[in-house]
Amino acid sequence: MSATLWYWIILVVKVLVVLHVFLIGAAYVVLLERKVSAWIQDRVGPNRVGWRGSLQSFADVLKLVLKEDIVPENANKFFHRLAPLITITIAIAVWAFVPFFAPIEIDGTAINGMIAPDLNVGLLLLLALGSVGVYGIALAGWASNSKYSLMGGLRASAQMISYELAMGLSLIGLLLIMGSTNISDIVTQQSGYWWGVIPKWNIFVQPLGFLIFLIAAFAETNRAPFDLAEAEPELVGGFHTEYSGLKFGLFFLGEYGNVIMMSAIMSTLFFGGYNAPWIQDIAFFQGDATLNKVALALLQFGTLSLKTVFFVFFFIWVRWSIPRFRYDQLMNLGWRVMFPLALGNTVLTAVVLALIEGMR
Amino acid sequence: MATQTVSERTAKRMTFWEKLYLPEIAKGMTLTFKQMLKPSLTRQYPEEKFHPEASYRGRPVLVQEEYGERCVACGLCSRVCPAIAIEVQAGETSKEKERYPEKFEINMLRCIFCGYCEEACPEEAIVMSRDYELVFENVDDAIFGKDRLLVPVAQLQERLEYLRQYKG
Repeated sequence: MSATLWYWIILVVKVLVVLHVFLIGAAYVVLLERKVSAWIQDRVGPNRVGWRGSLQSFADVLKLVLKEDIVPENANKFFHRLAPLITITIAIAVWAFVPFFAPIEIDGTAINGMIAPDLNVGLLLLLALGSVGVYGIALAGWASNSKYSLMGGLRASAQMISYELAMGLSLIGLLLIMGSTNISDIVTQQSGYWWGVIPKWNIFVQPLGFLIFLIAAFAETNRAPFDLAEAEPELVGGFHTEYSGLKFGLFFLGEYGNVIMMSAIMSTLFFGGYNAPWIQDIAFFQGDATLNKVALALLQFGTLSLKTVFFVFFFIWVRWSIPRFRYDQLMNLGWRVMFPLALGNTVLTAVVLALIEGMR
Repeated sequence: MATQTVSERTAKRMTFWEKLYLPEIAKGMTLTFKQMLKPSLTRQYPEEKFHPEASYRGRPVLVQEEYGERCVACGLCSRVCPAIAIEVQAGETSKEKERYPEKFEINMLRCIFCGYCEEACPEEAIVMSRDYELVFENVDDAIFGKDRLLVPVAQLQERLEYLRQYKG
């Protein structure tokens, strides 16, 4: 078979696998959210549909599909329809730039670890796509032609602008050290060990940067304690007040999709991505080189999934522990704490790097 | 001097570590994590029934002895009932001066489970049971006649003992 054909087959398989893992994963993240919230509140959580409620999310989706889709009379029909699509598209599109395993070569066919070709500006594209995500929420708020929705949309856009800055700046320190915006490059550089023991993860050199990124990630994904765009005590449902049926379902999926996406990005940038320290150095199948390569790729995919699941759990855990910020507190934290801290982190990293360079 | 807002006053009371937020957030997160490991308090109801104590005031029932019901159809329960849920019609027995309830009906849609009927009863003939599962498909089903009210005395021993001990 020709190389082009193989390229397309591999690409389609990768897209299908990632899409299904993402969609089914999102369904189970919803279940996990309900379960964790139940455990924190001494409850049991959904346990009726399937084994221990394992099919609950699918029942919910079925319900959402069967619900009537109500569009407000004065809504802008086109944008009202477009908004959830933007949200879900962005949440899925970002997966093209996450490397799932190290590039391998089987019988002369090179298989790239991510869906998109290896982009040199991958990280910038990731941040850019993340910012586009707010369009879905802002548009939903505006197009619904309802006070509550509009307030939710406005809050979301103001919040995004405030926290985007801190988020971008928190990564500059990391970029200074890595010297590359190529994501697979960043992951590869994290594969070694310091003194042969500690994995070379970025969290150990950029703890402050990670902290700022983490907090900004909560604001970016509109999750508690920064979920002011849908603060139900004040705004009914926030930006999705006027949404029902499958359109609401798309927003719902988009929110959890964004959580998974941010978790994957955090694992990739700060926690070594697909690298499984110590374990991946072992050759499991000594005799068969091809089998060994495939096993390694699967192991790396599993490692990234595990790290992602941990951060997803962390997102949920925080949501059910910390109350929602007030709007002025949110802005205060964003502009007067996070922004200077991120700037300081950048300057500090630059100075330290310059000193190390000078000592050589 | 201008009055202080609540946030200003609390801000003054906070120490440096508290103002950092993060240690306090870590504390809260530890608490919720510990909470996660605790067993849940939920009772899986339809499978796992609730068994009330003898002091529980469930559906009122009539005590049935071997010779028949204890009730002498005095009508005190009917008079005392604040919800007017009880209807008693007395009938004459073969013995002189003794009566029995020809018809004894409690409308369970009206009953408020206050237990006044039990308190008023001079014969310990009507007592509150532990039965709390009351489901009807129509209004007629909710009116309990003697057939559904009479319960053998053996099943009500605990409630009767409770009454003897605590009924004033």
